[in-house]
Amino acid sequence: MILDGKCPTGPIETSWDRHRFEMKLVNPANKRKFKVLVVGTGLAGGAAAATLGELGYNVEAFCYQDSARRAHSIAAQGGINAAKNYPNDGDSIYRLFYDTIKGGDFRAREADVWRLAQVSNNIIDQCVAQGVPFARDYAGYLDNRSFGGAQVSRTFYARGQTGQQLLLGAYQALCRQVQAGSVKLHTRREMLDLVVVDGEAKGITCRNLVTGQIESYWGDAVVLCTGGYVNVFYLSTNAMGCSVTAAWRSAKKGAYFANPCYTQIHPTCIPQSGDHQSKLTLMSESLRNDGRCWVPKKQGDERAAHQIPEDERDYYLERKYPSFGNLAPRDIASRAAKEQCDDNRGVGPGKRGVFLDFADSIKRLGEDKIRERYGNLFDMYEKITDENGYKQPMRIYPAPHYSMGGLWVDYNCMSNVPGLFVLGEANFSVHGANRLGASALMQGLADGYFVIPNTIANYLARITPGKVKDDHPEFKRSREEIQGQMDKLLSIKGKKTVSELNRELGKVMWNNAGMARSEQSLKEAIKRIPELREEFWNNVNVTGVSGSTNQQLENAWRLADFLEFAELFVKDALHREESCGGHFRVEHQTEDGEAMRDDENFCYVGAWEFKGIDKEPELHKEPLKFENVELAVRSYK
Amino acid sequence: MNLTLYVWRQKGPKEKGSLERYEAKHVSPDSSFLEMLDEVNEDLIKSGKDPIVFDHDCREGICGMCSQMINGIAHGPDTEITVCQLHMRKFKDGDSIYIEPWRAKAFPLISDLMVDRSAFDRIIESYGYTSAHTGGVPDGNAIPVSKVNADIAMDAAACIGCGACVAACPNASAMLFVSAKVSHLGVLPQGEVEAARRVKAMVSQMDAEGFGNCTNHYECEAACPKGIKVTFISRMNRELLKAIPQVEKKAAGGGF
Ligand SMILES: Cc1cc2nc3c(=O)[nH]c(=O)nc-3n(C[C@H](O)[C@H](O)[C@H](O)COP(=O)(O)OP(=O)(O)OC[C@H]3O[C@@H](n4cnc5c(N)ncnc54)[C@H](O)[C@@H]3O)c2cc1C
Ligand code: FES
Repeated sequence: MILDGKCPTGPIETSWDRHRFEMKLVNPANKRKFKVLVVGTGLAGGAAAATLGELGYNVEAFCYQDSARRAHSIAAQGGINAAKNYPNDGDSIYRLFYDTIKGGDFRAREADVWRLAQVSNNIIDQCVAQGVPFARDYAGYLDNRSFGGAQVSRTFYARGQTGQQLLLGAYQALCRQVQAGSVKLHTRREMLDLVVVDGEAKGITCRNLVTGQIESYWGDAVVLCTGGYVNVFYLSTNAMGCSVTAAWRSAKKGAYFANPCYTQIHPTCIPQSGDHQSKLTLMSESLRNDGRCWVPKKQGDERAAHQIPEDERDYYLERKYPSFGNLAPRDIASRAAKEQCDDNRGVGPGKRGVFLDFADSIKRLGEDKIRERYGNLFDMYEKITDENGYKQPMRIYPAPHYSMGGLWVDYNCMSNVPGLFVLGEANFSVHGANRLGASALMQGLADGYFVIPNTIANYLARITPGKVKDDHPEFKRSREEIQGQMDKLLSIKGKKTVSELNRELGKVMWNNAGMARSEQSLKEAIKRIPELREEFWNNVNVTGVSGSTNQQLENAWRLADFLEFAELFVKDALHREESCGGHFRVEHQTEDGEAMRDDENFCYVGAWEFKGIDKEPELHKEPLKFENVELAVRSYK
Repeated sequence: MNLTLYVWRQKGPKEKGSLERYEAKHVSPDSSFLEMLDEVNEDLIKSGKDPIVFDHDCREGICGMCSQMINGIAHGPDTEITVCQLHMRKFKDGDSIYIEPWRAKAFPLISDLMVDRSAFDRIIESYGYTSAHTGGVPDGNAIPVSKVNADIAMDAAACIGCGACVAACPNASAMLFVSAKVSHLGVLPQGEVEAARRVKAMVSQMDAEGFGNCTNHYECEAACPKGIKVTFISRMNRELLKAIPQVEKKAAGGGF
C-alpha cells in the first residue's frame, strides 16, 4: 500500500499556517467532555499534557517513573536549537529547515521539518516565560553555542543540563494543570496494551508498578510520548527503563512502525570499562566545540597521550572534513571513530576509544572558561573514569543513543490507527535517517506545545466524546491477556536471568546491526533473534509474584518486546539496500568510505505492518518528495 | 574486591523489615554502586530468592530516582554525587556496607529501598511554577535577565528532587528542596511576579506533608548531589517574611 502523510500542498512557507486554519476546532465548552490519555511525561508528553489541560481537555497522564519529572529527557545535556538568529550569523527558518533535511540525509518529510523549524522560535519564548534559566551574556540576553551539522550558532543551553531545565519547565506547567484539576497524573504505571475498538484507539491497559494491579483507562484519544528504543542494543545512553514496549504493543494492535533501522550512534560517550556495565554515559556533543578528536598515527601505539608528539597525532575529523572538522554530524563522526579503532589506532583499555583533547582550548581560553562551559561534564567524566579531563585528553567511543525511527504518523502526528497520536522520539517524523544535535529537544517541545494542541482537535471534532468507556468488553479482554502474559513469564522458572538474555540480544544487535551493517551480518541476526526469543520463553527465570512490586517482571516484559521488535529492526535494515545517515550498509559506500544513498529506489519511508510473530511483516511505502531542497549528496568536506 | 552488605529488606509498608547480610564477591572497582547491587541481585535470583528492590533509572546522576542511605550517608561517601554515580573504587576490599532506604515520615516506604516521594510533586503542584500560558508570551530576549541572576537561578534549578536533603536531615525537613524552587523562580523576572503567593503556598504544602522544621544542621547541603546551598533557605525565609503581609493584605480586599 502507498501511504499518504496528508501534508499540505502549496508554498511551504505558509503550509502550517494554512493547515491550522483548515483544521476543525473543538468549541471551548465541549473540550472538557473529551478525555485524552497522554502516555509519557518527557518533553513531548509533559508539554502535550500541560497544554491540552490548559486548553480545557480532560487529561490523564502516565509515566513509569515515580515522578513525571524523571522522564529521560532530563538527561539531555547540550542544548536546543531554534532559528532565532540572535547572533546575526545568517540563520533563518529556512536554514534550520535545510540543515535538518540535509542532516537527516534526505529521508524526512519536508512539510514536517518546515513546521518544526517555524515553531522552534516559539519554544524558546515559551521556556523563558516558564523560568528556564538559559545561559545569558552580561547584557542579559540569551547565549548560543554551535552543534554538529550546522555552521551557525543556534543552540540555546542551560549549562550542561538543558534537558533537565526544559523538562522541569514542562513538568511545572503540568503540575500547574494538576493543581487546576485539568490533568490527572498516574505515576509508576506502565502501559502494556493499546485498546482498539472498531479500528479506533480508545484506551490503554497499564500495570500499576507498585501493587501489580492490571488497570484499564479509557480515552477519546491516546497520545503516545514514550521515547526511544535504542536499549534494543542493551548498552546505550538511555535510562534503564526506556523500552519499545508502548510503541511495540501499539504496533501489534495495528500501528505501523516506520524506519526502525534508523538509529543514531552518538560519537562522544565514555567507553565501556567491563562486563559489569549496565549503561553508557554520554558526554555532550557540545564538547566538540572546544575538544579535538585524535588518535595516534602509529597502529597499536601504547604510549600515553602526553608522550605522543604533535606530528604523530592524526586529527582525523579535521583531516577528513576540513569545513566542519570536529563538528561533523554524528553518524559521520561515529563511523570515523570506529574506522580508527578497527584500524588498530584506538586508545585506552580494550583499544575501543579515541581522544577528545581540550589542551588547545585550555591554552587559548584558560581552564576557567572551559570549566564554566562544561564543568559538570568534566566532573561526571572523572567520577566514572577516575581521570581528569583538564589534565589529560578524555577517551570517548560511540554508543547507541537515539532512534530516528518510530511509529508512523501523518502530518497531524496521528498514526494509521485513528485516535492514536505519537509525539517526540516515539514517532519517526522529522529526523530522517540521522538526527542533528539539539534537535530532539526541539522536536519534543514542538510536538507537545505547538503541534498536538492544534491537530488533535481536528480528530476529536469528528467523534462523539465518551462513546466507548472501560466497561467495553475489549478492555476486559486486554486485561486478561496482559495478566496471562505475566503469569506465563513467572511460570517459566528457567535457568537464565533476564539481564543475561538482555546482554545477549544486545551483543547480537550491536555486532550485526550497529554502526556498520552487511547483508551477511543482518542475516546472522535474523537467525539468532528468534533463537534467543525461544530461549527466553523457555528458559528465563523471573522471580516473585505478579501482584506486587516486581522489577524483574518489568525487565522481563520489556525484553520480551525487544526480542520481537529486534527482528523487525533487522529486517528493515536488510531491505534498505542503501546507506543513509545512521544506516550504513557496507555494500553501499563510496571509495573513501562515505554513505551512498540510492534515491531512485529508496527515497521513501518504510512503514511496517505487524502480521503476527513468526510471520513476515508487510511493508508500506510513503514516497518522499523534495520540492524545496534539492536532493544532493550530503557532504561535510 | 569482596564486600559484606547489610541491606534493609521489607516486603511492604505494613510488613516488618530487617537488615539482611549478603556477600558481594569479585566486585570490580570500576563498577558503579548500582552495578554492584545488580550483581548481588543476579546471585539472589539464581538462588531462587527475591532480588533487592531499589529505585533507579538514568544511572547518570540526573533523574533523581536512585535513593539510598549508604553507611548512614545519603547517596554514600563521596561529595556531590548520586548513588548511581558512586563507584566502587571509593570502597576497600573487605569493607562492610550498610544500605538503607530514605527514612522520613513524608516518604513512606514501598518496598526494600524504594520509598514514595510524591510529597515533592504535591509541593510543586501547590505553586512551583510560573503561570505562563502556552503561546502568547513575549520574545525570549524581550526581558533581559542579569547574568548574575540567571546564574543564581540555574544554581537553584539544578535540584534533581531526589530527597537526599530530607533523608540527611535529623528533622526530615524539606527546606532545601522547597527553597531551591522558590529561589529559582523568585530570582527571575518571569517568576518574581508571583513570588509572594508562591512561597506561601509551597511552604504551607510542605508543612501539610509532614516534613520537619529546619534547625540549621546543614546536613542537607552536605548530602545534596547537586551542591545546592543552604543560603537558599535563608533567602526563602526572607521571601516568606515579605510575603505574609502582602498576601494577607490582598485577601482582606486591599492591595490596590
Ligand atoms: C544522554 C542523552 C543526552 C541527550 N542530549 C540531547 C541534547 O543535548 N539535545 C537534544 O535535542 N536531544 C538530546 N537527547 C535526545 C532527547 O533528550 C530525547 O530524544 C528526548 O528528550 C525524548 O523526549 P520524549 O518526550 O520523546 O521521551 P522521554 O523523555 O524519554 O519520555 C518518555 C516518557 O514515556 C514514559 N514511558 C515510556 N514507556 C512507557 C510505558 N510503557 N508506559 C508508561 N509510560 C511510559 C516514561 O515514563 C517517560 O515519561 C539526548 C538524549 C540522551 C539519552
Ligand atoms: S538513577 Fe538517575 S540519578 Fe541515579
